[in-house]
Amino acid sequence: MPVQNRLTQLLQSPRANLLTLYFTAGFPQLPDTLPVLEALAQHGADIIEIGMPFSDPIADGPTIQQSNQRALENGMNIARLFEQLADFRQRVPDTPVLLMGYLNPVLQFGLERFCAQAAALGIDGLILPDLPMREYQTRYRGLLAQHQLSHIFLITPETSADRIRTIDAESEGFIYAVSSSSTTGKTQGLASEQIAYFERLQKMQLKNPFLVGFGISEAAGFRQVCQYARGGIIGSAFIRALEGPGAIAEKVKAFMDPIKG
Amino acid sequence: MNSTNLSPATYQVDEHGYYGQFGGAFIPEMLHPNIEELRSRYLEIIYAPEFQEELQVLLRDFVGRPTPLYFARRLSELYNAQIYLKREDLCHTGAHKVNNTVGQILLARRLGKQKIIAETGAGQHGVATATVCALMGMECIVYMGEHDIKRQRPNVERMKMLGATVVPATSGSKTLKDATNEAMRHWINHPQETHYIIGSVVGPHPYPDMVARFHAVISQEIKSQLREKTGRENPDYVLACVGGGSNAMGAFYHFLDQSEVQLIGAEAGGMGVNTGKSAATTQLGKAGILHGSKTLLMQTEDGQVVEPYSISAGLDYPGIGPAHAHLFASGRARFYDITDEEAMRAGLLLSRTEGIIPAIETAHAFAVLPKIDFKTEEVVVVNLSGRGDKDLDTYIAYPY
Ligand SMILES: Cc1ncc(COP(=O)(O)O)c(C=O)c1O
Repeated sequence: MPVQNRLTQLLQSPRANLLTLYFTAGFPQLPDTLPVLEALAQHGADIIEIGMPFSDPIADGPTIQQSNQRALENGMNIARLFEQLADFRQRVPDTPVLLMGYLNPVLQFGLERFCAQAAALGIDGLILPDLPMREYQTRYRGLLAQHQLSHIFLITPETSADRIRTIDAESEGFIYAVSSSSTTGKTQGLASEQIAYFERLQKMQLKNPFLVGFGISEAAGFRQVCQYARGGIIGSAFIRALEGPGAIAEKVKAFMDPIKG
Repeated sequence: MNSTNLSPATYQVDEHGYYGQFGGAFIPEMLHPNIEELRSRYLEIIYAPEFQEELQVLLRDFVGRPTPLYFARRLSELYNAQIYLKREDLCHTGAHKVNNTVGQILLARRLGKQKIIAETGAGQHGVATATVCALMGMECIVYMGEHDIKRQRPNVERMKMLGATVVPATSGSKTLKDATNEAMRHWINHPQETHYIIGSVVGPHPYPDMVARFHAVISQEIKSQLREKTGRENPDYVLACVGGGSNAMGAFYHFLDQSEVQLIGAEAGGMGVNTGKSAATTQLGKAGILHGSKTLLMQTEDGQVVEPYSISAGLDYPGIGPAHAHLFASGRARFYDITDEEAMRAGLLLSRTEGIIPAIETAHAFAVLPKIDFKTEEVVVVNLSGRGDKDLDTYIAYPY
């Protein structure tokens, strides 16, 4: 039985240029999670990724490292996050929402408990970048499917074609195509190698669409990746926007409007 | 101890990169090509005859192996046992760490890598890496916690003199864990031309196994030296300090399956296990994931890594290698937690009884000696992992 949730429904629709935003739960202030989430949905985010903070985020650059640190200092943890999300589906009924984070906090919370509670809240999928494929296949796949949760895998320009095929076969949702081998938050335009990589992905005729993330910071970059991909993912640039002065709703609107165009 | 119930093969890494429930390769996709290349090639590269030839020559003529196994007469009288010291402090650069860096630099060349990165705590691994990079004419960047840069000054100067770039890690407790985070981030950003020489039996598979194999020469030599000196190959005890656990794994390696040999690790108790200022991972840790492997890890209930503490930069790490986590969980090895004060006094005592100033890391192993009730005829090998020159400031300032 294929996984069915808001994410898979969205991806089965013909909609393109899917704008995905990442933010860290409990940042800039502990109670900001829900206001950010709501404002993102209201101002046109198609998919939202909520980051669960970790003390040692090795795949992240300085911006997301600091947002993780701040969120932890604010007292964020998975139990609090789930409390904050208690009835978020009344306010954000349709937008697919994914939880993203390093594996250790999820393991300590308890994998089964985590999946059951996330699904009950209305979460649609997980991105666990340090989860090995073999662990996924032996322990996670069945559990996630049971709760109608998608798992999103990352690929990079260096991921082999064989491995992309395996990842495609294991994915129910989209493939997260990291634009270049790097930590998060490096802003560089698209170079010819990246375009070649996106074209290579297009030619592979994968069953899942791919969204491009890492290094997209504004409208132009987003539009550019949408020429090749089903959408783009913005993280660090949005975190920086949240750090500035002003009310959450206004900061989110000011960030989203130019991108939505 | 239920070690006799386990089949010998259990202590080696399995085909999936695990030691019992510990190990694996929990890495983001960006590192997958590098780790997969290493995993699929390391054994074939390391055991090729030309590699072994080159390695053996370097270990003999550059590192100075075999290192002596020294009968410590006065220490033996003091503790009423037959105590031998495996003199890894006499390796070139002053610690065991160079056994691994010599091996990994040869491997990096065969992988076609031009640049080397490393993390370091005490600076010994950083110096050993900078040394082999100078030897091979390769570029070298070493990440080191800002706090460790201050407390291990001489090693920072040595790395610079050898031509390495030392980059301070400024996050967290500014120690070994944070340096490792930065090194991993650097590798994610420069995967193709760079090899990461990890300095202990930690990290994603195959690192723990590969580093253990490069240090296994320690126990291989102990066996033959002991046979020569005592007529028997196996000691009753092997003692070593455990930060990540590389010198200990090297000293244990050829005794893992000899259940009559008691394997003892000394962890940094810091100010005391229950003070919140400690790095005694087997006492304070539970299974978790950091730096690419599942192992015992000091962490909060929420799974956030706890900042460790030790007077010794090389033991100031919140985890241990996955193989040690398995040795602990299976009961094959025992671990003692040694406070700063016990270690400092043991370092001073070794200096005055045997004329050897040990690294503060190493001094933790010596502090175990008074805690075990040896029989006079029992043979005890202490792995003297490094010399204490780098620690003089700390030794001098310490209020004994
Ligand atoms: C002399 C010495 N001994 C021991 C250690 C701890 O490392 P490991 O547990 O990997 O041997 C270090 C680390 O810096 C060291 O310099």
